[in-house]
Formats: sequence, structure tokens, C-alpha cells
Amino acid sequence: MTRRQFIKTGAMIGGGLVLACHLPFGRRDSEAASEEVFAPNAFLRIGRDNSVTVIVNKSEMGQGVYTSLPMLVAEELCCDWKKVKFRPSPVAPEYNHAQFGPIMVTGGSSSVRSEWERLSLAGAAAREMLVTAAAQAWQVDPSLCRAENGIVISPSGARLSFGALADKAALLPVPKQPKLKSAKKNLLGTPAKRLDSPAKVNGSAIFGIDVHEPGMLTAVIARPPVFGGKVAHFNADTAKAHPGVRAVVAVEAGIAVAADDFWQALKGRDLLEITWDEGKWAGISTPLMHEQYAHLATTTGLIARKDGDAPTVLAKSHERVEAVFTVPYLAHATMEPLNCFVDLKSDSCLIRTGSQFQTVDRAAAARITGLKPEQITFETTFLGGGFGRRACTGSDFVSEAVQVAKAVGQPIKVIRTREDDMRAGYYRPMWYDRVEACLDKKGYPLAWHHRIVGQSIIAGTPFESAMVKEGIDNTSVEGASDTPYDIPNLQIELHSPANGVPVLWWRSVGHSHTAFVMESLLDDLAHKAGKDPYQYRRTLLAKHPRNLKVLQTAAEKSGWGKPLPKGRGRGIAVHESFGSFVAQVAEVSLDKKGGIKVHRVVCAVDCGRIVNPDTIKAQMESGIIFGLSAALYGAITLQNGRVEQGNYDSYPLVRMAAAPKIEVHIVASNEAPGGVGEPGVPPIAPAVANALFALSGTRVRTLPMTPEAIKTAMKK
Amino acid sequence: MMITLRVNGTKLQADVGMDTPLLWVLRDHLRLTGTKFGCGAGLCGACTVLIDGKPHRSCITPVKDVQGKSITTIEGIPENHPLIQAWLAEEVSQCGYCQPGQIISAVALLAQTPKPNDTDIDRAMTGNLCRCGTYGRIRRAIHVASANKTSKRGKQP
Repeated sequence: MTRRQFIKTGAMIGGGLVLACHLPFGRRDSEAASEEVFAPNAFLRIGRDNSVTVIVNKSEMGQGVYTSLPMLVAEELCCDWKKVKFRPSPVAPEYNHAQFGPIMVTGGSSSVRSEWERLSLAGAAAREMLVTAAAQAWQVDPSLCRAENGIVISPSGARLSFGALADKAALLPVPKQPKLKSAKKNLLGTPAKRLDSPAKVNGSAIFGIDVHEPGMLTAVIARPPVFGGKVAHFNADTAKAHPGVRAVVAVEAGIAVAADDFWQALKGRDLLEITWDEGKWAGISTPLMHEQYAHLATTTGLIARKDGDAPTVLAKSHERVEAVFTVPYLAHATMEPLNCFVDLKSDSCLIRTGSQFQTVDRAAAARITGLKPEQITFETTFLGGGFGRRACTGSDFVSEAVQVAKAVGQPIKVIRTREDDMRAGYYRPMWYDRVEACLDKKGYPLAWHHRIVGQSIIAGTPFESAMVKEGIDNTSVEGASDTPYDIPNLQIELHSPANGVPVLWWRSVGHSHTAFVMESLLDDLAHKAGKDPYQYRRTLLAKHPRNLKVLQTAAEKSGWGKPLPKGRGRGIAVHESFGSFVAQVAEVSLDKKGGIKVHRVVCAVDCGRIVNPDTIKAQMESGIIFGLSAALYGAITLQNGRVEQGNYDSYPLVRMAAAPKIEVHIVASNEAPGGVGEPGVPPIAPAVANALFALSGTRVRTLPMTPEAIKTAMKK
Repeated sequence: MMITLRVNGTKLQADVGMDTPLLWVLRDHLRLTGTKFGCGAGLCGACTVLIDGKPHRSCITPVKDVQGKSITTIEGIPENHPLIQAWLAEEVSQCGYCQPGQIISAVALLAQTPKPNDTDIDRAMTGNLCRCGTYGRIRRAIHVASANKTSKRGKQP
């Protein structure tokens, strides 16, 4: 069977750009592909059988892009939604991110936002061509014909289906400036069933870990116990003698054992004798880092924002509030452990995995293999969770698989065990925030002096020159430096210490700690001023109608101010991130062991114009549970350079019984579309912390809010 | 060693070591990749299969223990099963990786307790992690499937 069939089409449109495109057809769709005669641009194929295939340049990791992006095309195409299918795009320039530069990436909650215009135009252009083809057949003025539900209708009521018109439409020029439909939407704003659901409930969805090719070996890698460690020497004699083990090779990441199946590789790995050179990070521990961070927070950092003169105002104030917030390293802990399949030949390479960062991963593979990036075919499978982990600035899981494939000389699938996955990095950085604030005579913040200490996720990566400005990595301070709260004297400073721990974006990135700090302390200040925390925020956000609206919606829908059953407390938080505004109200109690039980979360979101409302709700639910796992349980800690957690017993996640009832309210908005994958995460930790304070008078400023952390805070 | 397994009603053979967990026999040898690897320690439930109708974590079940027993994986659950239909109706799946294990646990629950309450669901589903946080929808889908199953039975003469 031929792996790939290439069809070259000439005129391509992408956001008004005319591009040449090599169009690969994946094997699973090869039968349908032969019927796909109308390929007006890089994102759309229409077949004689009326099928509409949308080629999606974003990775499906649960956020629903295999449905929402086709909806954008289908809305303008006026096709029959029931005929719409999705297909993952290959890696090619026309599939690069529409806003982030020459790179194919899924991240920053940007898929719908960045593709809205391009995919709308792609659909509109195709519709105009189909209408023109029909009008020519009928010899009528195209402007008198219309497209509806996959059919073009003439003024006299004659009908031709898109499939019947596909051959003729393919011969027409692509309109350079297609006209978008009127404001009335048929699909957008109405819940649509996810196109990927059927494959995900019958076991047929193929994730990276499911990839299988003839002659393939499966490999696991023995990795150094500390970051930056190297193999000093090793003995693989017994490992090689284990049944099924075919090769043991040294790679950058450690010693790889390749075998006929995973279990044999794992058993073979157990038999390796390795002496490690642990390198310079063998002594690091999170308590020591904490001390270092605490010291740094007493010194002046780089200024990320300065309004007025917070230090001077604070120096004169008699009633300063001083608060220290700490949050730990966090693992992404995607349910699908990291993995990658590589078939390397002398002049070509096939990589198949679930990646959010295809261009970067492919470039890394090119460096390792000596091939040109264009010689490397990169196929994206379903991702068993992403959360930023599969957009790795260091391309770690792809690089190691390419290195193993190169050393072994056979097609290889490298799989990480859960422990490999959790201990080998990357993590959300540990953060230490120190804030001093004081109030004006009316009880509102007069000065806020905030020092943030934590590793930059961008420094030392290829993105440093583009994303770190004058020493400030914006992802370290976002959510604080751009706070909408009206504080006349505001100073945000940053320290970015370096150490050996690999760090990366983790769902909601900087907002995952700054929202906790801002919204917790705001709550404290409200209480200090003797004001209701909801009303306090309303006053401070008076000039920000979108923040205000979600805040008000969450408060009203949650019954803010109404009595709660005994033993329950209610907390509120609001935060803007990734172009969307989210407010949440959490209702909590304390269980017998002193742990927090979250009963109910009411969430209001304004994410601008919407595509699939059910996906928005699902993403808010998802963000809340994800954020709750971090708020209540999540911590990666190090001792003697070693990560102390390894699996879901030591790194627990929210389970069924701990999952609160969640209500999501979408605030109608005609603003530009915002993201939905991440913005649900930031408000939940402060909403819960604020609810705990309302319930118990205890302010917890350390995550996770374990029974021990709560007990410690109560003593203060 | 050549072993014979009865999976989804079919006798299948694989040449594996007897200590190999059932999960890897299913995935690597029988190519039934719907059953997922998540933790390797019985902590996440992604690998859940039915063995003689009872849910088990196949990642910690040596294949030697299941010879001659009836094994059901996600591939063996019919498309018209009320739980599959409910999972689709409630739009449960996000990344989808844990869902085969979730569905298998739910199949076992409904077989044992046709009308589960929320506490029954908590108990039966607590071993299945979902990093996307689809718990609320899983709970709804189980209730929906349970209601559909009951009403269909009710209509039968």
C-alpha cells in the first residue's frame, strides 16, 4: 500500500493568501479521497458524494477543534453539516498559525480566535465557486442563486448539489475577496455534536500510543534520577538477554531498551546496570529553592508595571497588609503518557504522535537526523490530553524517539511510563509572590507592591528573543501586570531565577498563579475594609464592563448573599485571560479530616462571539476540575534533585466523588472571539480559597490547600 | 508461551510471557488498542476491562490469571449499548483517552445496579481518572443510560 498520495493543486487561498499546496491524503480516507475533486484551498475538500472534509491545522486534545474549526468553514460554505468530516492537516506552511508566526502550533487558547477569519473566507470562497458553477450550468446570474444546506438553488427553484457541482467548481478561479454571509448564523452559536465523539466511545480513536507499524519495536528509556544527569557507564548484558529485547542504545535522555513489545522493553530496562553522573543539580530541593525565592522577594526585581509610586505610598502607610503566596511545581499529567513513533530511513522520516508543536518538533528531528524538515512527514494523532505539555520548547519526547530510531535502525515507538512522564519534567514553575498593599480612606487599594519570583518558561528556549522583553517574560507576570483593578499606585516586579528544573506552559500559564494571588488578596482587602467581596470588586472594575458582567452573572446565578446551609462558605473570583472573561463562585465545606469539599461551582464566561456553546461549557467544566486538582492536591516537590512524586497515588487528581456540581452560564457577547481552553482554570483556586475564608476565617495562601496547609494557616 | 484468550467472544492466541499484564497482550499482541495505558499501577482505570463480567485493571492483571475467562474490552461493547448512546448524547468525551475505561466501569455498574444513585456512581467510578474533568457528564450519562435501559425493559411484555 502506498503511504501517501500527493495531489498538487494550484490556486490556494488562506486568509487572502494564494499558496501552493501539496495535499497529502491519509490512508484511512483514501477511498473518499479519490472522490474529493473540489479542493479550493488548503482547508477544504468537497467530493462528488457531497462529502465536505475540513482539514484542521490544530491538534485535537479534547478542546473540540475537530468540530469547532469545521463549523467555521461550514457556516460560510452553507453545506449540509451532516456531511462534514475532519482530517488532521499535515505540516506545511499554509497550516501555520495565523497569528503566531511561521509555526504550526496549538496553544494559547487561540485556535478559534486565530482561525475564524481564514476559515470563514475559505468556506465563503468555495461557496462562491459552487454558486458560479451552478449559475453557469443554468446560464443565469450567479447573484440570483443561493447556497443552502449543500445545494445551490436557482431563481426558478432548480437545484444542484455541491457534489454534482464539485468537478465544475474545481475549474473556476478562486475568488480573491470572497464575501461573507450576512450576520444570520445557521451553525455558529448552536450546540453541535462533536465529530470525534463516535471514535472516542468505541475504542477506535488512534492516539500516539496506539500507533503500530510492521517491524516496529517499542522502547522505554532509563533516565537519570536528577535533571541534567548523564550516564557515566552502563552494563546491558542481562537486559539484552531478556526475551524480546532487540537493542539497548545510549541516547541523550538515557539508555533506551527496544523490544518486540512494551512489557519486554520494561522488563529489559529493569535489568540495566547504570551508574549516573548526576551533574550540578543533584543537590536541589524545593525547600531550599523556597528559601532562595523568599530572599529574592525581599530585593528589587525587574519592573513589569509601574503606576504611581507604590513603595513610597506604602512606606508612609500605617496599615500595610503583607502577604506571601506560594504555589508548587505542577505536572501536566496527561492521561496518555508521552510517546512518539518514528520510522527513519536514509532520505525520509515519518513521525507520528500527538503534538501541539509540530513545526518545532520537526525541526528538532531534522537537526538530529540531518534531513531537511521537508523530508520529514509529521502526522498528528489524537492527543490524550495536552495542557501545554505537548508543545514542548525542548521537543523532548519527539527528540528522544528520533534519537532511539536513529541508533536502533528500525521503526520505533518510545513510550514513557507514568513515572517517567511525571519525573522527567516539564512542569508549571514553582512561584513565590510577595505583596504589600494598603487601602485608601474609603477602603479601596491605594498601593500594591508585588514581587513575583519564579523560573521563566521561555528563557533559554528558541522563543526567548521574541517573547522575553528587557528581561521580563510576560508569561511570568500576565494576570498581575495587566490587572484591570483600579489601583493608583501599582508596582509589579519580577525575579527569574534559573535552576535545573525543566519548566513549561501549563494550562493557563502565568494566570495559574497570578489569579490566585490577585483574587485572594483582593478578597482579603475587601474583608479588611468591611465590604462584601463581590461589591468590592464591582466598584474596582467599574470601567471594565465585560469583567463586571461575568462577575454579576456568577454572583446572581449562585445566589450570592443568600443564606447557605450551616457549615458552608461561598467565595468569588473573576479573571481575564486569553481574551475571555470568567467569574466563578465556589461553595465549600470542610470534611471530618479537615479537607475542603467543593460542592458547587457557578461559572460565568464571556468569550466573545461563539462557535459551539456546548464546547464552551465543556471547557469551563474541564478548566474548573483541572484547576481544582491543583488547588486541592497538586504538588511536584524535589529532594536531593529527585522528584518525589511518580504516579497518581502521590500526585492525586480530582476523582468522581470530589467533583463539584458545575453550572456554566455563557454571557451573550458580540465582541471578538476569545479562548476557552484555558480561561476556566485561573479563577477556581482563589474562589475556593475565598470560600474557605468566608467559612472559617482562615486565609490559605499556599497551594495545594491540603488539610495540613489549612491547619498551618489556622494557627497563624 | 502461546496462550489462548477469549476476548469479546472470540478465541485469540498470543505468544507472550505468562507474567505479561493483560493490558499489553491486548494492546501489543491482539491490537485491541481501545484499552489504554495510564499508570501501570491500577490507579487510573484507563485499562479497565471486564473479566467474567467484573471490572478489572488489566495493567496489573497477569495474563496467566485470565486464561479460560471471558474478557470484554471497549471493542466488545455494541454500538447500540445504552451507555454508548448516552455517552454520545451527553457529549461526554473531550480528549477521550480515559473514556473506554470509564465506559467499561459504567457497564459493570449497570450490570450490578441497574438504577444507581449518585453514591453508587461515586463508588463504582472513583477508580477512573479523567484529566479533562468530564465527571459531571459521565454521571449524567450513566443516569440517562440507566433510565433508557429501564424504560425499554418496562415496555417489554
